[in-house]
Amino acid sequence: MHDDTDDPLENQKGSSDSSAVSRRDFLKISSISVAVPLVAGPKMITVAGQEVPVHGPGKVPMEFSINGKSYKAELEPRVTLLDALRDQFELTGAKRVCDRAECGACTVLIDNKPVYACSVLAIEAQRKPIATVESLMQEGKLHPVQQAFVENDASQCGFCTPGFIVSCKAFLDTHPHPTAEDIRRGLSGNLCRCGTYDGIRKAIAQVAQKGA
Amino acid sequence: MPDYAWPDAEHRSLIGKRTTRVDSPVKVSGQAKYTYDVHRPGLLYGKVLRSPYAHAKVVSIDTSAAEKIPGVKAVHIVQGPGANIHWAGDEIVAVAAVDEPTAEDAIRAIKIKFQPLPHLVSDAEPPKGSAQEQGPLSMDAIGDMLDNQVPARQMVSDIQKYGITEKPSEDMLKEIKEDGAPDEVLEALRTATVHPEAGNKPPSNYQKAAAQTVGDPDKAFSEAEVVSEGLYGIPVITHCCLESHGSISEWTDQDHLFTHLSTQNVSGIPGQMAEPLKIPATNIRVHQDHIGGGFGSKFSPDRWGIFTAEISKKANGKPVRYMLERDAELKVAGARPSAYARVKLAAKKDGTVTAWQSESWGTGGPGGGGMPPIPYVFSIPNQRQQHTAIRNNIGPARAWRAPNHPQAAVLTMCALDDLAAKLNMDPVEFFGKNLNLTKARENNYREELGIAAELMGWKERWHPRPQTVNGVVRGAGLSFHTWGGRGHASDCDLTIHPDGSVELKMGTQDLGTGTRTCILVVAADTLGIPIDAIQLLIGDTTYPPSGGSGGSTTIGGVSSSTRRAAVDARDALFAKVAPSLNAQPDQLECKNGQVSVKGDSSKSLSWKDACSKLGAMPLTVRGKNPDRTKPPDLTNSGVGGVQMAEVEVDTETGIVKVKKMVAVQDCGLVVDLKTAESQCYGALIMGISYSLFEEKVMDPTTGRMLNADMQFYRLAGLSDIPELVVHMMTGKGYDERGVIGLGEPPVISPGAAISNAVANAIGVRVPFLPLTPDRVLSAMEKKGGA
Amino acid sequence: MRPFEYVSPNSRTQAISLLGATWGNTEVLAGGTDLLALMKDDVVAPKRLINIKEIADLRGVSSNAQGLRIGALTTLGELAHDENVKKSYPALSEALFEAASPQIRNMATVGGNLCQRPRCWYFRNGLGLLPKDEAGKELVSGGENRYHAILGNQGAAKFVSPSTVAPILIAYGAKVRLEGPKGKRELPLEKFFVIPKTDSEREHDLRPNEIVTEIVIPPASDVKAAHYEIRQKEAFDWPLAVTAVALKMQGSNVQSARIVLGYVAPVPWPSPEAEQALVGKPVDKDTAQKAADAALSKASPLSHNAYKVKLAKVAVTRALLKAASGGAA
Repeated sequence: MHDDTDDPLENQKGSSDSSAVSRRDFLKISSISVAVPLVAGPKMITVAGQEVPVHGPGKVPMEFSINGKSYKAELEPRVTLLDALRDQFELTGAKRVCDRAECGACTVLIDNKPVYACSVLAIEAQRKPIATVESLMQEGKLHPVQQAFVENDASQCGFCTPGFIVSCKAFLDTHPHPTAEDIRRGLSGNLCRCGTYDGIRKAIAQVAQKGA
Repeated sequence: MPDYAWPDAEHRSLIGKRTTRVDSPVKVSGQAKYTYDVHRPGLLYGKVLRSPYAHAKVVSIDTSAAEKIPGVKAVHIVQGPGANIHWAGDEIVAVAAVDEPTAEDAIRAIKIKFQPLPHLVSDAEPPKGSAQEQGPLSMDAIGDMLDNQVPARQMVSDIQKYGITEKPSEDMLKEIKEDGAPDEVLEALRTATVHPEAGNKPPSNYQKAAAQTVGDPDKAFSEAEVVSEGLYGIPVITHCCLESHGSISEWTDQDHLFTHLSTQNVSGIPGQMAEPLKIPATNIRVHQDHIGGGFGSKFSPDRWGIFTAEISKKANGKPVRYMLERDAELKVAGARPSAYARVKLAAKKDGTVTAWQSESWGTGGPGGGGMPPIPYVFSIPNQRQQHTAIRNNIGPARAWRAPNHPQAAVLTMCALDDLAAKLNMDPVEFFGKNLNLTKARENNYREELGIAAELMGWKERWHPRPQTVNGVVRGAGLSFHTWGGRGHASDCDLTIHPDGSVELKMGTQDLGTGTRTCILVVAADTLGIPIDAIQLLIGDTTYPPSGGSGGSTTIGGVSSSTRRAAVDARDALFAKVAPSLNAQPDQLECKNGQVSVKGDSSKSLSWKDACSKLGAMPLTVRGKNPDRTKPPDLTNSGVGGVQMAEVEVDTETGIVKVKKMVAVQDCGLVVDLKTAESQCYGALIMGISYSLFEEKVMDPTTGRMLNADMQFYRLAGLSDIPELVVHMMTGKGYDERGVIGLGEPPVISPGAAISNAVANAIGVRVPFLPLTPDRVLSAMEKKGGA
Repeated sequence: MRPFEYVSPNSRTQAISLLGATWGNTEVLAGGTDLLALMKDDVVAPKRLINIKEIADLRGVSSNAQGLRIGALTTLGELAHDENVKKSYPALSEALFEAASPQIRNMATVGGNLCQRPRCWYFRNGLGLLPKDEAGKELVSGGENRYHAILGNQGAAKFVSPSTVAPILIAYGAKVRLEGPKGKRELPLEKFFVIPKTDSEREHDLRPNEIVTEIVIPPASDVKAAHYEIRQKEAFDWPLAVTAVALKMQGSNVQSARIVLGYVAPVPWPSPEAEQALVGKPVDKDTAQKAADAALSKASPLSHNAYKVKLAKVAVTRALLKAASGGAA
């Protein structure tokens, strides 16, 4: 077992005063010692006469462009974009539900197209423009699609909602006046359990009528 | 005595109107933080090794290699050598590590040996003669019940009813206590009748309950003018909450736990965690802002909630996140029991139903499970029921939105619909004729049936069942349902500050049902101020306790305690304000944020100015439900609903599409019409999904769930949902009953209504849900059509 | 997922050199929609992942007198929206639009669609491509086989080929081009799919160190084609039966026909029986049904999937009638 030294219980055991190391101190200590992982540069191998970098399997320095901002992290190649967004950058709008490209709760935009972030490796998403649901609200104002969801009560528990919002936004951008057939094909990639589809359909109709 | 009663329609500013869900903006913008989203400093990630076997004994576990992996912070054996495993996916070892990949590596490094045992994962009709009368319980059976989280109440009643096979020694009792038996179970074991001779009988998977009889079914069948017989059923389905079960737990010191838990039962969690963690409930803080679905499956901290706290402790108190993976969520975190029945019905030629007979069976997993309340809604005068519970290895059952009622509706309403077809009667006429059997709710049902028929266009859509069909055909069906409701225990604190700000704290939770919105509607309507003038805090055990959100009891509980608190706070404020308006407190009213003398708007103060009369100290009042000292009871119990479905069936492919659904529902006084309707829309959609697509598929050989994912555990998508019409019964005859819950009732009928519509379309009953092409084609083939 | 090395070569030659000569150690990453799920479920566990998406000349759609060339990395969405495809191969465009979901169509590549692994739930549960329990007992025949094969299932392979696009590509006469250390090869697409007989084989005629580089389709101006799929859900769902047809007509009679069934066998299933049944005849309800009967004449359903024989017949009949009436809308 590899214990860190920043051990709150350990510290408290040795002290008669249980407040000797407060919760706050513990957090400070741990935040200092937390992030010094072993990160190796890529191994270079020669392939077909050219040098090719091989990344991993350990942590690799990565850089991302998310919602117009630059983010850096050191991650193993096996980390998905979704997990990087949620666990590294605390952008938790995209949800982990099926984790298998089946439910759409993790939908984000890459190059302006909706994709399942659970099925993209973080390492391959580097340097591509990534937009998450967090980017849609501008200056405290909801995007028209978001506003329409609010007005038509298109969320209940809300766990599928951010994925649906991103999908609907992308869909309406490319289909401003969708037919029923467009909707069938264009919004088939997101699932809801509470049963908010009626509200979602009304929200889409509202935006399509008003124009986003 | 202040008047706590709900205001009349003309005195309601918000109650019963359409208020937009207050937490929509944070949900649509991705800002809402669910348990799964909580990130704590130094967070560790949990993973679990699960049994690949449906039934096995753990022989040995070697975790040494896992413990040596850098970054692994805790390894915890959940069920050690000797433990009996009763379903595939059950938890064996949990680990915590600095990141998720490392935790996965640790799981793979654990070596474990099982001794596989024979399993049963089928819930097919029990073979003739296989069912055993339930007999006295062995200590092994008691242990199994504890493992399978059979509710204490059921255990006590089984122990009292059937007795036990041996007298437990004090050591055995101690062991049973350590396995989690509450005191009432131990007490029941101490006082149980002992039948030592019964201990030699090997236990059967099929447990036959005693037959139940009402009236004289034999006589009624022998005198029947028309008899109809049929086979009906509804399989095991899962909850499939989009946010899986789980928690983030950390120890703030040696004996204080802070847990973020995805739960329907914030206030009720510490009491369930205290004993296993051996700390007082007061030392456990539970917090939850938002929950991504529960549907009845999230009342307990669960074994994983306990071991997440335990691995956090092993990892020196650091926060550990363990949320179930999707496959685990579908395998172990909740399933609705199945129910099947051979039903025989007797009637007079005029359509009067005279007798019911059913042989039913079904499984709730290792616990077996009980009989659904059949016949449902209609109290047929002569009845005989015989139920066999199948105890098998598919994983435990949990309450699923309206426990046992969707099953009862399918078994009853489909059988009655077949009887109507045999009588050549329009179901609206047939059910209408028998509505006297619904007893107290007859008039409501009659009104609802008429409205539903109108909204569906029943006369144009229903037709007698066809003899032969081809191409694409349509049909219509209907079903009735009922539910109790009433309000659960709920406390809240409402504080008015001298600056006019208002805060309401309650330890409840909002499952997406609109609980936040409804609490604010009641508080704002009562105080006479806008919703956004009130800060509502829910989802924490530091707030006054409020019951678990189950059984459609939340709205009754939270609206009642809020109403009482708001009335008391308002009146206390009026008492302080009255002198400055030269009035008596009972002459004051507050509307739109203005406190004024009734009938004299010249004597008026703004809310803010009024509150300044409080002096230096804020005013806090406690609202409670139930509270007999503050009548009246603001809630009620017992609702009814009628649903109709129109379907289209491609008779060549057997594919069913729902074309339209109508839900007519009463729930007493509606607090917020918009979110109330959403409950019905959602229930219809969930209902279409389980009627057409959902079932837990088990492999007979390996005993594993094969579709523990979201591609073959199918949920309806947006395009599978047709036109939906929701009609809430409100106004006179409904409003004055008080507030009654709505979460369960509308999800009960879709299975029966859709199955009846398919039978109407193709002329033959498809016995079992879901109505998949193989089942539809097979039913048509048996009839000899198409 | 298990740990792996990640390499992102920028040429075909590099990619091929990076691949191992045996299955298991290396995998090619394209769209990732299938591979990452398989890796998460520990069904495949490569030690090295070769991302081929940076290889520019594997992208793009172009056409000339010889027909259409589709780079293997072209996404399903790009191909579905391609104006030339919509115009000249409308049934292909339709099949692509029906596939999966918009998100998948934005990610998944045509090459990956052909190389995706079966959706068999025993396979996905880690019980093998030719599923057996620990005692070596074959699982599918006596198990939950409602979605399994009804044709070509006499051997150990009972899964169905998962591509919904392959049947229409085969019907259009597509060829697939592969490249490996020994150079390039081209084969008719139907030959690319094989029925594995042992656990060490895969369901494609692809060597471990080969990559799919492009798909070529001959001109189809004289072809009436259609894609028809039967699936339970309107939304994102795997079909129960698929049929693709491409007819060459002589007057009102069929001169030659390609009829390819999907989701009925471990490979896309061209049906010469159905084709022969149609040649020289007009397409009407009667001839279409006879062709469907011929296509399924050798069906050998398992314990729970006889209904699929019926569905496959309906798919054949409807695809033929759809093609004859002008094909994709």
